[in-house]
Amino acid sequence: MTQDTDETLLNVVGLNVEFRTRAGTVLATKNLSLSLRRGQTMGIVGESGSGKSVLCRAILGLVPSPPGFITGGEIWFDGEDLLRFTEDQMEHIRGLEIAMIFQDPMTTLNPVWRVGDQITEGLRVHGKISAKESRKIGIDLLQRVAIASPEKRIDEYPHRLSGGMRQRVMIATAIASSPKLLLADEPTTALDVTIQDQILKLMMDLQDSVGMSIILVSHDMGVVAETSDVVVVMYAGHVMEQAATEAIFHHPQHPYTVALLNSIPRMDARSKRLLPIQGQPPDLLKLPLGCPFSERCSVATPDCAETPISPREVLPGHVTSCLYPERAGQ
Amino acid sequence: MTETVLEVQNLTKVFGQPRRLLDYVMRRPAQELVGVDGVSFRIQRLSTLGLVGESGCGKTTLGRCILRLYDPTSGRILFEGQDITHLNAKGMQPVRRRMQVIFQDPYSSLTPRMTVRKALTEVLRFHKITARDQEEAYLYRLLEMVGLNRDAADKYPSSFSGGQRQRIGLARALAVRPTLLVADEPVSALDVSIQAQILNLLADLKDELGLTMLFVAHELSVVQHVSDRMAVMYLGQIVESGTTEEVFQAALHPYTEGLLRALPRPVPGKRDRQAAMEGDVPSPLNMPSGCRFHTRCPIAEEICTTQPPPLREISTTHQVLCHLRPNRDWSSGRAES
Repeated sequence: MTQDTDETLLNVVGLNVEFRTRAGTVLATKNLSLSLRRGQTMGIVGESGSGKSVLCRAILGLVPSPPGFITGGEIWFDGEDLLRFTEDQMEHIRGLEIAMIFQDPMTTLNPVWRVGDQITEGLRVHGKISAKESRKIGIDLLQRVAIASPEKRIDEYPHRLSGGMRQRVMIATAIASSPKLLLADEPTTALDVTIQDQILKLMMDLQDSVGMSIILVSHDMGVVAETSDVVVVMYAGHVMEQAATEAIFHHPQHPYTVALLNSIPRMDARSKRLLPIQGQPPDLLKLPLGCPFSERCSVATPDCAETPISPREVLPGHVTSCLYPERAGQ
Repeated sequence: MTETVLEVQNLTKVFGQPRRLLDYVMRRPAQELVGVDGVSFRIQRLSTLGLVGESGCGKTTLGRCILRLYDPTSGRILFEGQDITHLNAKGMQPVRRRMQVIFQDPYSSLTPRMTVRKALTEVLRFHKITARDQEEAYLYRLLEMVGLNRDAADKYPSSFSGGQRQRIGLARALAVRPTLLVADEPVSALDVSIQAQILNLLADLKDELGLTMLFVAHELSVVQHVSDRMAVMYLGQIVESGTTEEVFQAALHPYTEGLLRALPRPVPGKRDRQAAMEGDVPSPLNMPSGCRFHTRCPIAEEICTTQPPPLREISTTHQVLCHLRPNRDWSSGRAES
């Protein structure tokens, strides 16, 4: 059991998700633990294949099975372990308590449904509102996500809307039930930078008014820096580091975090040369026994590839998986 | 005086939209989509021009016109002094050897059924780059140059990661020893850690091989990192151009300012909640009157909605397309400072 306090909304403990494929079994998340407080925004950064999307799906009970199997761990949400819930119970959680928005707003909206019907579908299905009320509530929601002339837009089909507006509609759908937790999986990656800026700021505003926690999955350190209270850095299914945003950016305790920060082209320091991470992205089928980053790590020792890693708290609230966090800055 | 490799003069590309039934009924002409509208610039030998803008601004269309993958509607393209605007396929063939392209998506720009060796050899033979007996040695040199092992030669693209594929694409482009390399969003599909590898590789090879580059991307931080000069595009027009320092440190166009402000920076701390720029990019089928940016511009005035803005020369390198910047009464005659 875990020491759930009132403050904690989500507590993931030792989550193992594996995918059994013809080529072999891949651990999409390995012994993954994290906890999120109420009203907080958690940024999850990692490169492709790091397990960040699988984590979101596991929280919602949406890991496709087969090939995916949750083989261990607990997901405590609001004091209850979601992994012990029945499908009926999960249906109540999805959309009402936990909502999710995805990267590509075009494929997540139904092209043959009017915008208004999609926004309020969840509420109607769960019997929260009548069909009569739904139009008024729909218009109200569109207004909250700052869509101009909502009384007209509510009757339109998704193809009539721009990418940014579609993402606003997705967000309206997600906040319709005032969820306690919003999972946003790369919500702005498909959008232009000025539209991304609008959407991120909208999400922050809504977080204040709805009072929800947000998990924001992104590959962009800039997006995470500007929005999150805490940051989780993932690599090959493992949590490499978790800490307050300030600490991650100013006092990283993991060589991977340092390497990620060094590899981004910065606007302020115009040095001609970037410091890339050497080597190729990890092959999840052939991970070393120890730290999955060891083969690309510039400060790794021979035992890094041999010793299985486990996250530990090195400073208050600062968790790292690195055996030698003191080498991180070197 | 440095030599100009590429000069584009007043280039325009209009795509005719098919006339729809409703157009016939209403007796309307077919709609036209202006992809690129009156764009002019030059790229000097050994320099890199970065072209930035949001989706639909025409940056890719412009790149493709230069490569003559599209036929421009009007204007001129001069490549190493030669007017290539109206060259036919046969005339373009020797030109194509000197201008090469790498694309955004390393997954779709390589033939899945050709080994790396076959893909590269095909290029070498077509353009008659090496004698047959030196082919293999040249091929290995190419692979080494882009940081791949020799055993990569006999593999198929499917066995490589995105970053490695981009290296193969680069090897293919450089195989013919081009003068100009057009890079169309070359790192947008890659993970950050790999992105930095490819950007460094591009910078090294550019110096080593004496390349001139047109670097098209939507990411400002990437563009500023690789470019000597920059051009910012909005709805088919270049709204501001200058050296990278001028555009980044002394941006004048409100659109450039907005782009810079909207860019998330990897520095913690929540910024003000006001979005840098409101609204969406208008449809190029329905261009705003006057200045095209006026629908989103925070400082737009009456004149911006009616009159097309003048191109103002701030310095010999820095130009801005705006009524109000640097100030309303500014005229190019006072450009001494």
